[in-house]
Amino acid sequence: MDAKMQNQTKVKRSTTLIRLLKFVVGTYPVPFIIGVVSIIVSAAAAVRGSLFLQNLIDDYITPMLKQSAPNFAPLFRAILIMAGIYLVGVIGTLLYTQIMAVLGQRLQKKIRDDMFVHMQSLPIIYFDQNDYGDIMSRYTNDVDTLMQMISQSIPQFLNSVFMLAFVMIGMIALSPLLTLVTLFIFLLSIGVVRVLTTRSSHYFKEQQKQLGKVNGFVEEMLNGLKVIKVFSHETEAKADFDVFNQEYQADSAKANAYATMLFPIMGNIGNVLYVLIAIFGGIIAINGWSTLTLGAIAAFLQLSRSFSQPISQISMQLNSIVLALAGAERIFQLEDSPVEVDAGHVTLETAQDGTKNNWNWRVPQAGGSDQLVPVRGRIIFDHVNFGYLPGQTILHDINVTVEPGEKVALVGATGAGKTTISSMLNRFYEINSGTITYDGINIQNIKKDDLRRSMAIVLQATNLFSTTVRENIRYGRLSATDDEVEQAAKLAHADEFIEELSQGYDTKIDGDGSDLSQGQRQLLAIARANVADTPLMILDEATSSIDTRTERMVQAGMDNLMKGRTTFVIAHRLSTIANSDLILVIDHGRIIEQGNHEQLIAKQGEYYQLYTGKKSLS
Amino acid sequence: MQIALHFFVLEVLHLFRTLLHSVRQYRKLSLLSPLFVTAEVGIEIFIPYLMGNIIDNGLMKSNQSYVIHYGLILLAMSIVSLVCGASASWTSAHAGAGFATNLRHDLFYHIQGFSFTNIDRFSGSSLVTRLTTDITNVQNAYQMLIRQAVRAPLMLIFSIVMAFNVNSQLALIFVILVPILAIILVTILHFGRPLFRIVFRRYDTLNRVVRENVRGIRVVKTYVRKNEEEEKFKSASKGIATVFTKAQRIMSMNGPAMQLVVNTSLLLLSWFGAKMIVGGTFQTGQLVSMYSYSNQILFSMSFLAMIFTQLSLSQASGDRIVEVLRDQPTITDQKGALTDVEDGSIDFQNVNFNYADAKRSILKDINLQIKSGQVIGIIGETGSGKSTLVQLIPRLYDTTHGKVVVGGHNVRNYDLKALRDNVAMVLQTSILFSGTIAENLRWGNENATDEQVIRAAKIAQADDFINEFDDGYHTYIEQGGNNVSGGQQQRLTIARALLKNPKILILDDSTSAVDTHTEQKIRQGLREDLPETTKIIISQRIVSIQDADQIIVMDHGQIQDVGTHEELVQRNQMYREIYEFQQKAGDEN
Repeated sequence: MDAKMQNQTKVKRSTTLIRLLKFVVGTYPVPFIIGVVSIIVSAAAAVRGSLFLQNLIDDYITPMLKQSAPNFAPLFRAILIMAGIYLVGVIGTLLYTQIMAVLGQRLQKKIRDDMFVHMQSLPIIYFDQNDYGDIMSRYTNDVDTLMQMISQSIPQFLNSVFMLAFVMIGMIALSPLLTLVTLFIFLLSIGVVRVLTTRSSHYFKEQQKQLGKVNGFVEEMLNGLKVIKVFSHETEAKADFDVFNQEYQADSAKANAYATMLFPIMGNIGNVLYVLIAIFGGIIAINGWSTLTLGAIAAFLQLSRSFSQPISQISMQLNSIVLALAGAERIFQLEDSPVEVDAGHVTLETAQDGTKNNWNWRVPQAGGSDQLVPVRGRIIFDHVNFGYLPGQTILHDINVTVEPGEKVALVGATGAGKTTISSMLNRFYEINSGTITYDGINIQNIKKDDLRRSMAIVLQATNLFSTTVRENIRYGRLSATDDEVEQAAKLAHADEFIEELSQGYDTKIDGDGSDLSQGQRQLLAIARANVADTPLMILDEATSSIDTRTERMVQAGMDNLMKGRTTFVIAHRLSTIANSDLILVIDHGRIIEQGNHEQLIAKQGEYYQLYTGKKSLS
Repeated sequence: MQIALHFFVLEVLHLFRTLLHSVRQYRKLSLLSPLFVTAEVGIEIFIPYLMGNIIDNGLMKSNQSYVIHYGLILLAMSIVSLVCGASASWTSAHAGAGFATNLRHDLFYHIQGFSFTNIDRFSGSSLVTRLTTDITNVQNAYQMLIRQAVRAPLMLIFSIVMAFNVNSQLALIFVILVPILAIILVTILHFGRPLFRIVFRRYDTLNRVVRENVRGIRVVKTYVRKNEEEEKFKSASKGIATVFTKAQRIMSMNGPAMQLVVNTSLLLLSWFGAKMIVGGTFQTGQLVSMYSYSNQILFSMSFLAMIFTQLSLSQASGDRIVEVLRDQPTITDQKGALTDVEDGSIDFQNVNFNYADAKRSILKDINLQIKSGQVIGIIGETGSGKSTLVQLIPRLYDTTHGKVVVGGHNVRNYDLKALRDNVAMVLQTSILFSGTIAENLRWGNENATDEQVIRAAKIAQADDFINEFDDGYHTYIEQGGNNVSGGQQQRLTIARALLKNPKILILDDSTSAVDTHTEQKIRQGLREDLPETTKIIISQRIVSIQDADQIIVMDHGQIQDVGTHEELVQRNQMYREIYEFQQKAGDEN
């Protein structure tokens, strides 16, 4: 079972690798090929440089030692030629390091941009199922390691492979017998590298696991630090922490020990090889078992110096390539996620002045001419069923008719399905069966962007962006003038606190919003919806974080705002919905009661129970 | 450039002085590592020299026994050097891991001593990063410092000495090449390093755009802002790519530059070496050993540059750790502090409060007397100072002026643990910890019997729903408490506080998610079962506080009015308005 799974990951890895290479080579074929050629040239020049020692000793120094009046001119020429070869090698290195640096960056940008563009088209469900931190790390960690792999690991890996190959060829050319000694050390090295890297990667994995535990514990304890203080629980927290900390230490020490031992061990094995070559080479040469010149031995010694380095490099780079492939897999997984479906052909035509009054749906007709349907905001849910996952039903048989301009309130416990119903309207999710019509048009036939443009939403969790207050409000409608922005803020009672900010409407805010209170953020979100000025509006617990006094003031503005628009209101406090035209009581994904306040109170059912505080909503 | 380098070294030293306190029992290991490294380098450095001898005296003179004799000696040396090198790695890794563990321990303990004022200065997630990623960076730097950072300069110096020893004339080549390479390396660092800092800053922008888009994806889709957001992102990613490309290109000059210098050195050695050999003042074997020394000298220089880069990268992490370590707890115990809180009376005397370095006062001229056993209600807008006011009672913050007296003594004279054991506080955000419900409740009193736990849960109206869970009191609460609803979390946190059996109980808007009916039962339970306890209730809903003995109306950091419900409805306009609005709204019933 385990072996099978390992096999599967291997297959997956290799498909990822192939796809990645196709992407790299396919995007920049010429630079990539030039890069690889440069690597080969660079490695060949380096090996040729080591071999030069043989020529130097055997062809120049030794003969000249016998001459009474040595002529240095040929040596000078040889050195000049060598300088030329070295120069070619340096240029090769220069070329491939520069190309790979630039290539890595270009690809990095391309991958990031592609990913972001694709992400913008993903359905909401993707964001429900994938953790924010997880998505985030694809843009940073995963792309970074991938880029590292393209600009460093792959070139270095290739360089080491060619280096090793050329060194081998050079060695065989110098002396096949000595190459046998080298091969013996070569196998020994591979064994050592394997043992050390498997051990270190085993402990690194353990270390990561322990780190995860430390992380989880620390996160919980630091987020609850104020509770710890209130309960004087410091001693217990410290004791628990020490346990995690100790466990982490053991693995961390071993992982690092094995990893860092690789280099001194490989380096010294290189020394052993160096010595062995001298001994065996010496014996062979002295006994004349094979024609082994002094120059050949010296060159062989020099070559052996560039032998152990590539072996440890190959193993290290292979490790980081595997790591990067895991990241690439996650990136591809995001890019392969299916995008939102949109088969809509009905488009929205907004009036030039941007107000909601003259909006039309443009419905293409079979004959070719388009029919214009005025946007009024009539919504009908007809036998709608829905589930987030296949085979699951969250909403059961929802039937609602909402006339233009009506205020509809959705009431129910957390998790009853209120937000889900509203999310069907803007097609954040696709219904399983039934139909939803908007002014008589099935919303499946309306282009998604246009459908969404026709409605504004204020959510409980307010998301703002890191820009000025003004731009945050204008986000609702880009064509809004400064005046309209300020009017919208006034209506939402947001102008009061905005004026108090250091630069008023031009104050830059932090998207995560540590500088504004939750209530103030909600007021901005309401203003943003105001400025959008759409025929349909969804308010999902829009005032939950606003204190009663402010809410009371906002309420007037909100009522104003709802006039002439179809509005869906989801409220935790029943106070805000008593004046609704229609109240839907939702329980476990079903509408169990519907009617206006008076009707439902008279009915003495669930709504009555909730309203009189006999039952709780949470 | 030199001055910059000098400053860098000073900064790092300063940084390390604080961090090195955490080495403690790993001092021995930390010293062993450089010793092993020195031994390793000391042995390794003779290998090329002896190798030259083998060639000149053994090979050239066809002296096989010389070759074998010295060959075996060299072999033995290589093996000893290998053992030393491996030992250095082992000791440095263990010393590093131990040091990091101590540092993490010190940091965590230090944070546990923080007051609310300290806590407010650092966000939770930033402290988590400091305890994990930053310490790992420092650990790597430390490991490098006691091994590679010793090895590289030793190698450089020893190799130069040996090179001069072999042939001082030929070694003059290095006198020229070493400064040239140094200049090249420093120049690359000089131009490359600042760019990386810019890159890191631009990463923040990119992360922000992604974060805001992922979190706000519903807003982006609602207002159909795909194209605008894509533009925003592309400009951020382009910002990174431009600078990063430049930085990488500069740093990539390292490789070819090294190669150029190394090759030049080899050619110079070959030319002058050959001349000297032919001239009879030099030998072939010595030339071979010079090649080796040349490599060692030049590569240890590039290694030094790398170490320098790595250490400077971890400097930022070190700074961030030290920043926390140097942040002294603003509230600490004093010697001979009181450990007994007599009763639940509270007295605020001319209290002013403002947060550190903020000019605006959060609380102004607070004077208030609360008798032991009273029920106090506090109402006011968000930001009016309600929470801050009550947090002064268990001394979570210290007053800026004036004093808070609990049980007849200034809160500053109490032992902190004693004070907080007697003042139970339920915070606005209910936080539970991973563990069973019973374990969570026993935070209030770890020795509480099952009966006491159940009794507290009953008063907090939590017993019923706890029993509905399959595992009852042994139900496991997940991290963040996601498997219980908001209202349930609030009731559990109240029960947890009750188990302290406190003299003063503070509920900071802690029943907001509980329905009015249940909330009423909780209040009734508190009144009946804890008659002696002073109870302070902050709430948005008047219904929650209207039967209190005193109701405090807070406005802009001041006490605007104090009175009973009837009195306030009569005379206080703000109170009356809220009351009428809530009445009309129906929250009342």
